[in-house]
Amino acid sequence: MTRAAPVAFALALGACSSTTVVLLPEPDGRPTAVTVTDARGDVVLDQPYAAVRRNALRTEPYASNADEVKREFGAALAAQPPREKRFTLHFPEGRDEIADESRAELDAALAEIASRAVADVLVVGHTDLVGSGPLNDALAKQRADAVRAELIRRGVAASAVQASGRGSREPAVATAPGVAEPRNRRVEIVVR
Amino acid sequence: MTRAPLAALAFALAALPALAADIGQVKTAAGAVMIDRAGTTIAAKPGMHVETSDVVRTGADGSVGITMNDNALLALGPNSVLALDSFAFDTTTYQGKFDATLSKGSLAVVSGKIAKQSPDAMKVRTPASVLGVRGTEFVVKVD
Repeated sequence: MTRAAPVAFALALGACSSTTVVLLPEPDGRPTAVTVTDARGDVVLDQPYAAVRRNALRTEPYASNADEVKREFGAALAAQPPREKRFTLHFPEGRDEIADESRAELDAALAEIASRAVADVLVVGHTDLVGSGPLNDALAKQRADAVRAELIRRGVAASAVQASGRGSREPAVATAPGVAEPRNRRVEIVVR
Repeated sequence: MTRAPLAALAFALAALPALAADIGQVKTAAGAVMIDRAGTTIAAKPGMHVETSDVVRTGADGSVGITMNDNALLALGPNSVLALDSFAFDTTTYQGKFDATLSKGSLAVVSGKIAKQSPDAMKVRTPASVLGVRGTEFVVKVD
């Protein structure tokens, strides 16, 4: 009997526990949704401030609002890390040297990194749709490595910068395969 | 023909560090913020990395903000407990999986690349529900 009591107590706590979820508006108005699932099924939140409160006994959908979210979640929202900032550098065809006209963008990225208390930096290389997938993966990574080396040379801690390549998976401008497109030959510096 | 397997091996090896310890970084911390990791408890400070299976806890005056490696942002209000159950993210394909459990308190989420690439690959569990994340910004509270 002494063992059963804590278990029953824990079960009772779980049954009393309620979960409240509020979907927030997207800054750019893109579609967004969260599905809240329990034993009784799914509730889909897909409108700004759509909300639901669920516990073992009931499901209570409601419309929240900015003031209520601020009141209930202000401390968590205030602790959110700063949003990422992106800087895009361009490259000559088939090469891993930063184009001269992208030097100012590199300087802007360095300034953003310096302005953050705890910055980590992702350097993501991309290619255009000329050439094969494996070759583009390698070239994209080479471009990212070149930018990473440059950031480190300019004083960013090596441990704070990671480089990766996306090959031609994420063109900035859609083109047919085989089209040389300067805007797609790029490295994105993501400061976060 | 011998080159292709070697290249595949090189890719596999290159991917290994992403699976190892570091899955995100503490960016903000105020008041009492603790991380339970492998049987010990450490005070969380900005700059510290988080790992799979970490449990992040805040005290009555605590709050913390974490940026995950897929750019997801997690922020806890006071008196909160969040377990980072599992996290896998491929930086080339953006495929991955992220499971976290909020057992009490409040959490603000901005989802990242994992949820964008594969809807429902990111889940937040609470004692009463499972949240499947398709869009980006929401808040959740357990009480």
